[in-house]
Amino acid sequence: MTGREDTRQDTGYEERLRAFTGRELRPLTPAQDPVNQPMIRHWTEAMGDTNPVYTDAGAARATGRGGVVAPASMIQAWTMRGYAATVSPPAGRDGFDELVDLLDEGGYTSVVATDSEFTFLRELEPGDHVAVRESVESISAEKRTGLGTGRFVTTLKTYTDQHGETVATQRWRTLRFRPAPAPAPEPVAEPEPVEEPSPPPALRPRPAINRDNAFFFEGAKQHLLLIQRCAACSTLRHPPGPCCPECNSLEWDTVEASGRGHVYSYVVNHHPRHPAFDFPLVVAVVELAEGTRLITNLTGVAPDDVAIGMPVVLDWLDADPDLTLPVFRPAPTEAP
Amino acid sequence: MTTGTLLPAAAVAGIGATEFSKDSGRSELQLACEAVLAALADAGLKPADVDGLVTFTAETNSEIHVARNTGMGDLTFFSRIGYGGGAGCGTVQQAAMAVATGAAEVVVCYRAFNERSGERYGLGQAARPMDTTADRAAYAWMTPFGLSTPAQWVAMFARRYLHEYGATTDDFGRVAVLDRKHAANNPAAWFHGRPITLQDHRDSRWIAEPLRLLDCCQETDGGQALVVVSAERARDLPHPPALIRAAAQGLGADQHMMTSYYRPTITGIPEMGLVGRQLYRQSGLGPDDVDAAVLYDHFTPLVLPQLEELGFCEPGEAKDFIADGHLELGGRLPLNTHGGQLGEAYLHGMNGIAEGVRLVRGTSVNQPDGVGHVLVTAGTGVPTSGLILGADHR
Repeated sequence: MTGREDTRQDTGYEERLRAFTGRELRPLTPAQDPVNQPMIRHWTEAMGDTNPVYTDAGAARATGRGGVVAPASMIQAWTMRGYAATVSPPAGRDGFDELVDLLDEGGYTSVVATDSEFTFLRELEPGDHVAVRESVESISAEKRTGLGTGRFVTTLKTYTDQHGETVATQRWRTLRFRPAPAPAPEPVAEPEPVEEPSPPPALRPRPAINRDNAFFFEGAKQHLLLIQRCAACSTLRHPPGPCCPECNSLEWDTVEASGRGHVYSYVVNHHPRHPAFDFPLVVAVVELAEGTRLITNLTGVAPDDVAIGMPVVLDWLDADPDLTLPVFRPAPTEAP
Repeated sequence: MTTGTLLPAAAVAGIGATEFSKDSGRSELQLACEAVLAALADAGLKPADVDGLVTFTAETNSEIHVARNTGMGDLTFFSRIGYGGGAGCGTVQQAAMAVATGAAEVVVCYRAFNERSGERYGLGQAARPMDTTADRAAYAWMTPFGLSTPAQWVAMFARRYLHEYGATTDDFGRVAVLDRKHAANNPAAWFHGRPITLQDHRDSRWIAEPLRLLDCCQETDGGQALVVVSAERARDLPHPPALIRAAAQGLGADQHMMTSYYRPTITGIPEMGLVGRQLYRQSGLGPDDVDAAVLYDHFTPLVLPQLEELGFCEPGEAKDFIADGHLELGGRLPLNTHGGQLGEAYLHGMNGIAEGVRLVRGTSVNQPDGVGHVLVTAGTGVPTSGLILGADHR
């Protein structure tokens, strides 16, 4: 039995992970130096930012400010630990170390940063003294990604000034994952460079979201397959649109699909190869039990085993933190 | 609906093209100018005679650039048609209506691009920048799932067609073999002298099952232009007029761009049926009066439902109609005698209209006997258009 299966059967593990939600990982830690002009100058020089409000008091005052200010995006730089602290062994263990240990125990030994979202409440001026603390906002359920199966860990860093007032927050998200198995080594005897599969490092193409289709992708993030329904005549429609073709009503709501359907038609893509996908790639038009059709992918079935009319059931693909898509797999055979 | 009063008031009097290549080595505007000048020379007219231009919304060479560079004077009519290759015959319809109503007297329809060495349509939509227009948002239903190229979009229709009608991929292959056979005789064709066999088709690699490489048209650099004038004026010009007996556009119910998968059935092309009914009504002709056809062939599978929608055979019977040899030069309906877009060039169908004109003139490299009327279609899977060109029997 592998360590991975052990973890899955350990229901206590989920609870221990969940207990981290809201917990402080790093207590309030003051910056080593107050906000100061020399560091601002070094930073703007390195970034190539020539805006004079960071270095010229007169120019800053001309914009209505009291004097020079620090670039907003420097906020994290003020609280960085410095070289010595980074390379020397940690003096003591904090909540962050405990969380990493727990994630390691679950097999999530790899990490990739996914995104960082800042909110700035006021500009910092020389003399301000920043401090930061970090707590866990959420740890997601297990998600399948192109990199491997893992959990998105979102923490919230709160930056405060010398008066204890919040000046900025940073929502910081990483994916802690079990690396997907490496692709099998290339056969030495008969290399076929054209057909060689490669791991998909790229993200799937982004759906262009507008007011007419946003609900579908928002629902997908919550693993809800929604079908647009006319509020006047109740006709279901997909792809959705702002106006009912049956009765011209502009009012609509949605219903959640049963998730059952059958393959209406399908394609097996070989060329060109987009790096986000594994090839051959099965793309299907599935007709739902409710009667609408949608374009989707089929999983859990070899391309040669796909057939028109095949019953399928809904599954979810959490492609990356920003994209969840409905996909379908063959329906389990029903007992007689 | 009353139709037919406009037509056949107009005729195609000139055709002209650049060479068809994979790397033209010059700007798209230069290709457009060369094609326009060649068409005018063929018509025995000068740029200064032109007072109207029609092209595709997909065209990068705006009317102002073409007019200024070729030395046209005042233009009283300029118009564009959308939906990619679906525009082709629609440009001629615009020209014919302009001539019939007096909005213009000499209208040039043109299309030119470096589609092979420049922006290649075949690479698909996956990497295009996104915005939130309805056109762009429609891709949200396709590209995240990896359905992003024209071949893939067509393959979805093709799979269903095979399933419902019991056709096989050989039935698609026969279209490719026919196109390449005709192209082999055509010195202007990219695949001149290079016919293929059905086995070559079977052996070619998968692009998007059930489409193989040889089901997909090539990509081309080049330009093509056509000159439309009144039938009366055309009679005074060097070549026999190709009368525009009918010209029509069609946008079907529940139409999507290349992905109309949500209709009750997807084995037909309703918008092409709509075009066909208008063509026959305008011209007073029927399928039996059509002596040759140039059917849009970006991908072989959609040639079959075109034959059905246009009344040359019953739904589901195109496979037999083709296998029985009706599309051969000696057959009932010689098809794509220039080699089609698979064999000659992919010029968004405009080269097919030029071939229709040659068939009426009697100057095709694969000229069948006794061609009085030719039916030409534009792109399939999109809002489309069609023409019936006829010989002048006055």
